[in-house]
Amino acid sequence: MKFKILAVITFLLLSYALYQGMWAAPREATMGDIQRIFYYHVPSAWTSFLCFFANFIASIIYLARRNLKADAFAVSTAEVGVVFCTVVLVTGPLWARPVWGIWWTWDARLTTTLVLWLIYVSYLMLRRYSTGQATPTLAAALAIFGFLDVPIVYMSIRWWRTQHPQPVIAGGQGSGLDPHMWAAVVWNWAAFMAFAALLIWVRYRL
Amino acid sequence: MSSLAAVTASNLRKDVRLEWRSKDAVNAMLFFALLVVVIFSFAFDPTAEESRQIVGGLVWVAFLFAAIVALNQAWMRELRNQVLDAYRVSPAPANALFMGKVLGNFFFISVVEALLMPLFVVFYNLRSVGPAWQLVSVFLLGTWALVVVGTFFAAISLRTRSREVMLPLILFPISIPALLAMVEATTMVLTGTETPRFWITLLLVYDVIFTTVCLLLFETVLHAE
Repeated sequence: MKFKILAVITFLLLSYALYQGMWAAPREATMGDIQRIFYYHVPSAWTSFLCFFANFIASIIYLARRNLKADAFAVSTAEVGVVFCTVVLVTGPLWARPVWGIWWTWDARLTTTLVLWLIYVSYLMLRRYSTGQATPTLAAALAIFGFLDVPIVYMSIRWWRTQHPQPVIAGGQGSGLDPHMWAAVVWNWAAFMAFAALLIWVRYRL
Repeated sequence: MSSLAAVTASNLRKDVRLEWRSKDAVNAMLFFALLVVVIFSFAFDPTAEESRQIVGGLVWVAFLFAAIVALNQAWMRELRNQVLDAYRVSPAPANALFMGKVLGNFFFISVVEALLMPLFVVFYNLRSVGPAWQLVSVFLLGTWALVVVGTFFAAISLRTRSREVMLPLILFPISIPALLAMVEATTMVLTGTETPRFWITLLLVYDVIFTTVCLLLFETVLHAE
């Protein structure tokens, strides 16, 4: 029952967020309609980061309590996190091509997200390849390594590419976002979170 | 504490003695890294000035691949005759076993690096512009970063279906910041453009964090059933 309610709420939120992102939010002055990808890109990124954080917590709980539910939760969050991270990595270049003129640049955020994606794909591969009862423990250990690695990656890449201009999202746009645009971002985020929760739930029940 | 040090020392002694008699890992690494050096030199054909720019990357890629060869073998030895199972039931501290392995691998890989560095210098006409003694700290910290995480992950990948493939798959993503730091620090010393202090600090932070995590988690991984 609760599951159905969540499904309905997700559906409503996704539709409303689509309306917000596609019609209600004003057209961006310089970038035009291509900027609307922002409403999918940024909420996906936040959602995937939260998924990975949940994965980290669940892995610690598993190692401390040996609770198989925590392990199941860790797998589901990692999988859904990778899906949303993929969305981020696909929508990013789609937006960057017309706006920056290039698909990809080795800038701090892009590279960190890519490395994050690589780490969690390797986590899923370890789960796939590992055999026997030890899988949850080994995967939880790798998850802890992966999560601790992310801040170090960010720091190192930031230093590596200091000359590079900060991404647009961090500069003027984030601070000077139109209230309507904010609404679209927040609604989309809420919708994506509900969608992620729904997916995690489905996966968790398996 | 003394028993931890004693067991670590005896594990280390055993590994070094085994390696000294067979020389399997060191020979394999040496020849493998030598091939990488030669192939890279054909692939890029650099001048002395160019090689100063790229050799930081080449050196570490060669050593990373060579280290994978050694790390994969490190735990294999213990699978024969169920040695690893014996460790599991023995009262010896798990971290002593881990530290013994890490120190052993660190020693072997350092030997290989020391033997191969002259070759890099010869083949690539290297002459350091910056203070070359800084490279010592870069190499010590960088090798430690590779070895400590690599030994831990080799113990993980030992339990998977395709052991040898799994190790690089899980080790490379986690090692990216360390690798970046080693390459950048080496290049900065060789070209003498900037001080590599930030990168050496980063390596140190990476080493401290991941050595701690490895020591905290190794017992769990060893006893995972």
